[in-house]
Amino acid sequence: MPKDGIGASVKRREDLRFLTGTGRYTDDINLARQAHVHFLRADVAHATLNAVDTSAAAEMPGVLRIFTAKDFEGIGGLPCGWQVTDKHGQPMQEPKHPIMAEGKIRHVGEIVAAVVAETLDQARDAAEAIELDTEDLPAVIDMKQAVAEGSPLVHDDLTSNLCYDWGFVEENKAAVEEAFQNAAHVTTLELVNNRLVANPMEPRVAIGDYAMHDDSSTLYTTSQNPHVIRLLMGAFVLGIPEHKLRVVAPDVGGGFGTKIFHYAEEAFCTFAAKQLRRPVKWTSTRSEAFISDAHGRDHVTTIQLALDAENNFTALRTDTYANMGAYLSTFAPSVPTWLHGTLMAGNYRTPLIYVNVKAVFTNTVPVDAYRGAGRPEATFQLERVVDKAARELGVDPAELRRQNFIRKDQFPYATPVAVEYDTGDYEATLDKAMQMADYAGFETRRAASVAKGKLRGIGLSHYIEACGIAPSNLVGQLGARAGLYESATVRVNATGGLVVMTGSHSHGQGHETSFPQVVADMIGISPDQVEIVHGDTANTPMGMGTYGSRSIAVGGSAMVRATEKIIAKAKKIAAHLMEASEADIELKDGAFSVAGTDKSVAWGDVTLAAYVPHNYPLDDIEPGLEETAFYDPANFTYPSGCYICEVEVDPDTGRVEVQSFVAADDFGNVINPMIVEGQVQGGVGQGIGQALLENCVYDADGQLLSASYMDYAMPRASDLPMIDVDHSCQTPCTHNPLGVKGCGEAGAIGSPPALVNAVIDALQRDGKSVPHIDMPLSPARVWAAMNA
Amino acid sequence: MYNFDFVKPSTVEEAVAALADDEAQPLSGGQTLIPTMKQRLNAPETLVSLLGIEALKGVTVGGDSVTIGAATTHATVAKELAEAYPALAALAGNIGDPAVRNRGTIGGSLANNDPAACYPAAALASGATVVTNRREIPADAYFEGMFATALEEGEIITRVTFPIPDAAAYVKFEQPASRFALAGVFVAKFADGVRVAITGASEEGVFRWSEAEEALSGNFSAEAVSGLSLDPDGMMADLHGSAEYRAHLAKVLTGRAVTAAG
Repeated sequence: MPKDGIGASVKRREDLRFLTGTGRYTDDINLARQAHVHFLRADVAHATLNAVDTSAAAEMPGVLRIFTAKDFEGIGGLPCGWQVTDKHGQPMQEPKHPIMAEGKIRHVGEIVAAVVAETLDQARDAAEAIELDTEDLPAVIDMKQAVAEGSPLVHDDLTSNLCYDWGFVEENKAAVEEAFQNAAHVTTLELVNNRLVANPMEPRVAIGDYAMHDDSSTLYTTSQNPHVIRLLMGAFVLGIPEHKLRVVAPDVGGGFGTKIFHYAEEAFCTFAAKQLRRPVKWTSTRSEAFISDAHGRDHVTTIQLALDAENNFTALRTDTYANMGAYLSTFAPSVPTWLHGTLMAGNYRTPLIYVNVKAVFTNTVPVDAYRGAGRPEATFQLERVVDKAARELGVDPAELRRQNFIRKDQFPYATPVAVEYDTGDYEATLDKAMQMADYAGFETRRAASVAKGKLRGIGLSHYIEACGIAPSNLVGQLGARAGLYESATVRVNATGGLVVMTGSHSHGQGHETSFPQVVADMIGISPDQVEIVHGDTANTPMGMGTYGSRSIAVGGSAMVRATEKIIAKAKKIAAHLMEASEADIELKDGAFSVAGTDKSVAWGDVTLAAYVPHNYPLDDIEPGLEETAFYDPANFTYPSGCYICEVEVDPDTGRVEVQSFVAADDFGNVINPMIVEGQVQGGVGQGIGQALLENCVYDADGQLLSASYMDYAMPRASDLPMIDVDHSCQTPCTHNPLGVKGCGEAGAIGSPPALVNAVIDALQRDGKSVPHIDMPLSPARVWAAMNA
Repeated sequence: MYNFDFVKPSTVEEAVAALADDEAQPLSGGQTLIPTMKQRLNAPETLVSLLGIEALKGVTVGGDSVTIGAATTHATVAKELAEAYPALAALAGNIGDPAVRNRGTIGGSLANNDPAACYPAAALASGATVVTNRREIPADAYFEGMFATALEEGEIITRVTFPIPDAAAYVKFEQPASRFALAGVFVAKFADGVRVAITGASEEGVFRWSEAEEALSGNFSAEAVSGLSLDPDGMMADLHGSAEYRAHLAKVLTGRAVTAAG
């Protein structure tokens, strides 16, 4: 085991500042002459907005200015970064997403007006004096009703509430139908993938600042991708060129996807700061976060699996209604389509697959990517229907999976849903997890539970995800309006220390620890000599940020490429210093040597020579040692793994207690096992949250019933078991230089079906069975299902 | 939060005088009032803190009863009554989280009478007496429905006296988000009979389950209530459970509380 290079569990250096309260989050930033904004938000879901009377409010103490939609005439709406083409070849319906409600309110929480005042309390006081002239309209909440004839329209200028009707792969549809007609067995499952609120520990914050002396704007914001925000906001909303706009995302306290998107509050603060010539700050309250952060999931699905007489999967079809909310958030259209349909093969050889997704506008908060984004929705339905098929056929769920796995000698494997898996060994992770969970010993444990009056179940899921997002040319063909490469600049200083400026963004992932391990390992120096800089467009190269488990696979690869350039140049310098041929120079343990001789020159001597080039090959190379690389991946990466969960169910109350959880993942090569373990445990924690506790619920009028922690149940430590993690099964990625696959989302993708399968297993008793329970498996729901 | 005036008297008389103002509200631990003020849902002009009144604090253990000052925190009750009235101490020790238990008070809880609070079940099942600056109110006459009590304007709780039962237990089933009681049952066995109080379940707030009391007074065992059922009519229904579920849960918990009481 290396001491501190690739593969070592180096302790997270960033934790010193986080654990001692010395991190610098956006809300910690306070600028001179800063004003505060309070957003007046709609408290009804759907209404005409006839007038906003700010006259009384404008006279209130401390008020600097009140903004309404009128102030944004001629300014662009918030852009959507992905255009999906429907099954007829037509582009999706794409309504304007205004910064503030224009003429109509479309969801509870939509911004109606913004009060900027000297203090936050003054702004809130004045907001209460704003009078709205509105007329309530019937709310569009249920997705199937929303697309039925005669439904009220969320957007009057659209023909319906259907954003798109997507078929994938349309050419396969007839063959899939035929396979179902010829099937020996068909398993059908209707399910809901429950709507979630991301709830990062740090709520969103935005501070806009404007410098008159050079006409430049700065936005400090809680973002996973400051360069993306700069491009979207500058080019599409406010019309500020990149060289006049800086976006800073300093320490960010968790994102989980919901901090990818460009939000109205960011554009507002940047805009208002310039108008008022004063910094303008907004810090979301937790209550605001519930009604303004993009939500996640919210699919209603019918899935069918066809099998032949030998229990081989012959075809799969799935119909999903996916909630977009009232407007298209930045990447919303891609989530139920290209991040979802392409995963429906899972780990299996199913030859024919057809996916239909209807994306629907409703009077709810926009829905977009949340940890896993589309892939948990795909995995959940697939791993549930496979489990249901096993129960219907009376075979072991593990063995039905094993029988239908893509075998390890079949890679690279082209699925019928457009992706090609590079590597994998699904039996290895299945066997590993079954061994870790003592699958064979389950009946003994079940008997012990029964003896104390509890039901016990075991459930497994085997997931695949496509991450390391993503090849730009491919996603461009699929409708992405951005590239998805990553960048790194490696700057070597004169005395040998390095600064790596990366487009990846760390908001909990530990990049400041794991990234130096890679660079230091390549050179043979201590990671302590490497500093990571991220989160500021002013001092990092254009990069696409962190989501889709892409940081090490894409950002890490860019860093490797830049470091390779550094090493190549350093070898030239070393060759000159030692009067040797460049081809003979070897770099090991931080020293350059000439092969076959005892000549050697230290890393620091070479770096010093680069900046003090007295004895230097100036005719051949430039002084200095700084290189940039942009890396665009050739394919997605495909982590996979097996999760096994055991639960006890209290038959009298319906309460589910998770007894054990094991995760055997194949992430390819692993840089820092401790960080990977933490990522999996965190992801599994969120997955258990979705499966057991969390639920975002609207009533028929569009009021959010679960709008605070009084009703939205977040997982707590006491809800979670010890999560036993293994990542010894490794089939390295074949197309990136580190052989890494990414681990950030796996836990949230693979865990919900394992848990639900375990509960369904527990409820098989005395000849009774419960075919399905929708998440979250709250005590009341489990009890109701048992007593239906 | 809106601006407000804050006074902190040191005697009950001063507090009552300060509360004579219509726009004044008493503040004890503030575990309900302060959050609603922060959300601007409540806007008293004056807050009269009761926490400066030493006479309202502390626990006294008598021969067959315990008396708890109204401004005594849950944490203090949990610690100081562990021997004298363990079921009550355990209830106090499981309210909310450590921050809540070190600020929240018994007087605040009983005056608020949240339909999912724990203390009302203990007071009603124990046959406690709520003592105010004006009178003594038996628990049976004190609870008047959800967030409603017999307290009049200007009347503040000074202490609560709990008879100590021969055996008792409180079993709470937590609502998954708030961790308030989805249903909670306090069972108290006295020489002259058993009292059963249920919180969290009914639209009328805490109530006594007389059929269970009758059955348990003859046979203090879980089996005695296994054949009974509570009418779902009038039970609360929300995201976290139907009326039928709450009625069922209350019955199950009653049996468990009897078993726990031993």
